[in-house]
Amino acid sequence: MNKQINLNDYLGVFKTKAGACFPGDRAIFRGKELHKDFYHADWMELFVFGITQKRLSARQVKILHALWVYTSYPDARLWNNRVAALAGTARSSGALGISAAIAVSEATIYGWQAAYEAADFLERAKALQDKGKLLADVIKEELAVRPRIRGWGRPVGALQEDERIPVMLKRMEEEGEPQGEYLRLAFAIEKELSAMSSRPLLTTFATVFMAVSLDVGMSAREAYLFLLPCFLAGMPPCYQEACEKPEGATFVLPCSQLKYSGPARRNWSG
Amino acid sequence: MSNQASESTQDCIHSEIWDEDAQEGNPFRADRCYCRGYDVFGDLLPNASYIAYLFLLFRREKPTPQQASIMEALMIALANPGPRDPSVHAAMCAGVGGSPAAAALVAALSVGAGSYGGAREIRLALERWAACGKDIEAWRPTVLPPAKPERSVVWPDIEHAPGFDPYASVSSTMVNQLLHRLASLQPGGCAEWLLESRQALEAAAGLPLSICGVVAAGFTDLGFSPAEGEMLALLFRLPGAAAHAIEQVDVGFRKFPFFAIDVENDPLKPRKT
Repeated sequence: MNKQINLNDYLGVFKTKAGACFPGDRAIFRGKELHKDFYHADWMELFVFGITQKRLSARQVKILHALWVYTSYPDARLWNNRVAALAGTARSSGALGISAAIAVSEATIYGWQAAYEAADFLERAKALQDKGKLLADVIKEELAVRPRIRGWGRPVGALQEDERIPVMLKRMEEEGEPQGEYLRLAFAIEKELSAMSSRPLLTTFATVFMAVSLDVGMSAREAYLFLLPCFLAGMPPCYQEACEKPEGATFVLPCSQLKYSGPARRNWSG
Repeated sequence: MSNQASESTQDCIHSEIWDEDAQEGNPFRADRCYCRGYDVFGDLLPNASYIAYLFLLFRREKPTPQQASIMEALMIALANPGPRDPSVHAAMCAGVGGSPAAAALVAALSVGAGSYGGAREIRLALERWAACGKDIEAWRPTVLPPAKPERSVVWPDIEHAPGFDPYASVSSTMVNQLLHRLASLQPGGCAEWLLESRQALEAAAGLPLSICGVVAAGFTDLGFSPAEGEMLALLFRLPGAAAHAIEQVDVGFRKFPFFAIDVENDPLKPRKT
C-alpha cells in the first residue's frame, strides 16, 4: 500500500482551489470572483489564468489569440477535422462530432503529442544550455535515445517553411512582441538538426506555438493545456458543410475503393 | 497544390480485415461482407460465437476453444468495474444529466483510458510483459515505484507500478479468482507464471497485484500486443458504463452524489491568521 497517501484524508467534503459556483449568488474562479474580477476579461485571458493562475498583458492576449487564429484550417480532409465532417454526414450531434475531433487532435504525427514532445525538449534543452552545455551536444544526446525529435520536420510539405510561421513572426513584430528565448532556441535547434541531417528539418508551427507559450511564462504542461482548443475554429465549418449536404454524401466511398489484401474467401466450419 | 479532387489509389481504404461485394447496380451498398475471408452474414452469423468473431477481427485466425475461454474471462472481468470506478462514474454523470448515450460512453472511455486502473495501465503492464516475459529478474526493476521520467509526454506521469494496486495491502478476492481462472485456462502460460511468481513480484513492488496486472497476463497469453490490449480493455469496459448510465437516468439527479465543497481560496472566506 502507498504509505504516503491515505484515501481517508480525501473522503467527504470536496476540497478545492479550482473554484465553484453558488447558484443565485456567485462563482469563484481560481480564488477570484468571476463576475467581478473578470468582468472585462477576454476569454483567452480567463482561459490562461485558469491554467497558469497568471494574468496576461493585453499584448500577450493578442499574440496567443493569433496562434489560434493562424492554425484554424477548415479543411475537412485533415484527420481531426474529418471526424467532425463524418459526424455531420452521419447526422451525429455537433458536440459529439467536435469533441471527438478535438480528442483525435492529440495525434503523434501532427498533433498535440508531437507539440508536447517539442515543448518538453525545449524546456530540457534550455535548462541544459543554462548549465553551460552546447546545444549541438544536447541534440546529439537526445538523438542517442530516440530516433528523431518531434517538432522539427513537418510530415507534409517538409521542405517548405510552414506557412503559418512567417505570418506569426510578422504579427509579433507588429505587436512589438520580441522573439523570446524559447522561440529563438527552436530556430537554433532547426539549424543544428538540419546540419546533422541529409535534409532540412524545419521548425513546425506546433513548435512555434509551444515556444511562444513557454515564452509568456507557461510550463510545457501548461502550454499543452492551452493548446487544446487551437484547431477548434476549423471544425464547425467541416461539420456544418457535411450537414448541409445530403446524409452520407461527404467522403463517399463505393465498395470498389476498399482494397482487401487479407486471407482468401473460406468457410468457418471448413 | 491543386484543390481539385482526384481519383487515385490514395483515395482507397486498404485492409487485411474487411472485404465487400457491392450490390448489383449499386456500388455504394455492400451485398455481402467478409471478415478475414469469412462471409459475415452468410457464415459467421449462423456458425460463429460473438467472442470468436471479435477475436477474428483482431487476429488473423479464429480462436481455439482455449483462447475463446480466456477472452470470455477477460470480457467478464472488465465488463463492469462498478459505479464507484471513475470511468463508470463519468458515464453516470452523462446519464443523470440527460446527455446523449454516446456522451456517456465517450466519458467512460476518456476517463477509463488512464494509468490509474485504466487502459493505459494495462498497456504499460503489457509492455512489461513484452519486455520481461517470464524472467523474474527482468521484472523486478519494472515494479519499483516509478521515478520521475526524464522525458514527459501528454499523459500524466505514472504514480505506481502498472498492474499493482497502490491503495491495498493484499489483493482482493476478485483479483485472486481471476488469476486462478486464467491460470487454469492456459497451463504453462503467463497467468500461471504470474500465479507462481506473484509473491516475489508483490514483495519487489511493495504492492499487491491488481485486476489490471492479471488482465495484462491474460492478454499476453492471447498474443495481443500492448496496443491491441489497450484497445480491447477500453472496449470491454463499456457494458457496465452503459448500464449504469441508463440506470441513473431513472434514479435521477437528486439521488446522485453532488458532494459538499470547501473552496480553500474563496476570497470571501475569513483568512487564517
